[in-house]
Amino acid sequence: MLRILNKIRQTGLITEDLPRDAVLEQVGEQLRAGIARQFQGSLAIRQVDAGSCNACELEIHALNNGYYDIERYGVHFVASPRHADVLLVTGPVSVHMETALLRTYEATPAPRLVIAAGDCAACGGEFGCSYASRGAVSNVIPVDAVIPGCPPTPLALLQGLLQALQFPQTAP
Amino acid sequence: MSHFDWLSELLARYQDERVLVRRGSARELAPAHLLELDAEDWGRAAQVAAQFGCRWAGVWAEQHDDSLLISAALAYQGDHLLLRTAVPLAAPRLPSQTPYYPGADRMERHVQDMHGVVYSDHPDGRRWSRHNRWAADHYPLRRDFAADSAPLPAAPEQDYPFIQTQGAGAYEIPVGPVHAGIIEPGHFRFQAVGEMVLNLEQRLGYVHKGIEKIAEGRDAHGLARLAGRVSGDSTVHHAWAACMAMERAAKITVPPRAQALRAVYAERERIANHLGDIGAICNDVAFAFAFQQFARLRELWLRDNAACGGHRLLMDCIVPGGVARDPDAGQLQRLRAAIDPLRRELATLYPILDDHPSLEDRLATTGVLSAEQAQRLGCLGYVGKASGQDCDLRRDHPYAPYDRLHVPSPLFQTGDVEARLQVRMQEVLDSLELLVVLLDTLPDGAVHVPWQAPAAGSEGLGLVEGWRGEILSHVRFGADGRIARYFPRDPSWFNWPALELLIHGNIVPDFPVCNKSVNGSYSGHDL
Repeated sequence: MLRILNKIRQTGLITEDLPRDAVLEQVGEQLRAGIARQFQGSLAIRQVDAGSCNACELEIHALNNGYYDIERYGVHFVASPRHADVLLVTGPVSVHMETALLRTYEATPAPRLVIAAGDCAACGGEFGCSYASRGAVSNVIPVDAVIPGCPPTPLALLQGLLQALQFPQTAP
Repeated sequence: MSHFDWLSELLARYQDERVLVRRGSARELAPAHLLELDAEDWGRAAQVAAQFGCRWAGVWAEQHDDSLLISAALAYQGDHLLLRTAVPLAAPRLPSQTPYYPGADRMERHVQDMHGVVYSDHPDGRRWSRHNRWAADHYPLRRDFAADSAPLPAAPEQDYPFIQTQGAGAYEIPVGPVHAGIIEPGHFRFQAVGEMVLNLEQRLGYVHKGIEKIAEGRDAHGLARLAGRVSGDSTVHHAWAACMAMERAAKITVPPRAQALRAVYAERERIANHLGDIGAICNDVAFAFAFQQFARLRELWLRDNAACGGHRLLMDCIVPGGVARDPDAGQLQRLRAAIDPLRRELATLYPILDDHPSLEDRLATTGVLSAEQAQRLGCLGYVGKASGQDCDLRRDHPYAPYDRLHVPSPLFQTGDVEARLQVRMQEVLDSLELLVVLLDTLPDGAVHVPWQAPAAGSEGLGLVEGWRGEILSHVRFGADGRIARYFPRDPSWFNWPALELLIHGNIVPDFPVCNKSVNGSYSGHDL
């Protein structure tokens, strides 16, 4: 136990400030205010892999590590779409995931935001449309914002998320 | 021991069992040895090979005019043997190899769904890769199936005939395809009594996105990009396997500096994934301290990737003919300088993991895969090594630059979650040692040679030891340097079925940690 406490003490606080970026800081401030106003300070995200190669998931995971610590913005990932304000969808939508994605979308209470994360989700990416792939998420459900990248880095995800929340919400 | 010194004995057995070998070639698909057989002998050839002790390593088909060419890979003492036969497209019947190799089950059903091969004695004729979005008599990898064919109307995958359990107190838990965490989709059907799992059946294929079909017609660089997205966590290794296959087909030799850099990227990928998994396995038994610590180490590791390879996961760093960029001295120094700090961190953290009673309580004797089960399924990587399967291509049939390196490979016999954790922990240390040697002896010179497309019909095999285990990729070129066929066989094909076995008798709440300890790739399997 002493070793664990020692290691924790030596590691210290590693969470980083976001890069000094005037736009981002402004967005960050708006986000805090927006989440406080619209979501009572807490924004719940349900992540849906609709056909990704898993690279986007690895980087979304990284948002929870100590360096990015996305929860400090009041953002957290939830297990059920019924608890979610935001669907964060990755991958080209494989035809085999199409129904599951639609059902997840329908299970998410309105008002809801859909964010397509990664090049595949944004435009089909390397996979495009085929007998097995519907391509972009917007081909299957309404999308409010996209975050490009293959995969988007945790910082790009964070920035994209902050900016996405400034988008007007689609009608439920 | 020299390579293939066992082959004459296997051929003698084939002769005894009247398995007719029509033709053999040591060169065409080197380093594998090719044997052409009659279709009617396909099952018996597997039976003899299984008795001989060969590991089964994959099957795929290709359409050649009016016939389907079927290739099955076997491995023995690190050497690969390729069995090949042909069946007419009009009557594509073939004996199954699954009765002798249970690990062949799903891949043969993939061939059945994608090419329309009819297995005469497959023990499980259910569809696998097809989820009712294309017609049962349509086969996406045949020439007459257009890549952009419209799928059938969206419908839930609900009429798949799962194995049923009946009896007092028995109940089912359907899980997925959308899981509760930030993970890939797939369906797990549990049958349980109380908390104990009686049976688990996996239904995968949800992220099938037609990788094999959309590979057709690409050029070599386009295939390398696609291969780098077969399974995002294995982007380096899948790209390497595909490039190795293409380079062998084109008879291109990669410069020594590029070979060494490929291995640097590959070992960095192995370490990054193992660091993530070690933390995640601990997290699944609520040891959050380790989760946070290893997530921190992984993040630092990925930042070095970005600084030196230009990408946190090192995507698109391996290209046909070599590597995309030559890192400068400063970048290489950064990679070298990262090794000792990580070793020091692990020297603090590993003893904490080793001594933590609650961790041992949850991981030891949990999710046991016996050596016999692992051997029968042909389990690879840390799943195999935790269950007595001493198999590592880097050591057994080393490809450059591993032919000049000493590659240790951990081996455990207990086959539980703890053993799969221990393999990863040891492999991180071993890979760090390899990185030291690779970086300290990095050859000078070019990092790529110009790509030259081979003649139509040329083919090659890529074989690399990915972080999950052996990856086998087959590439055949068509006209104008375009890809005619690409099949990447991820090790997950053999490790996923192991999860169905090792969960028996465990409690449902231990499924996440058992699953994480196997960590199969959905995307790499579903293609």
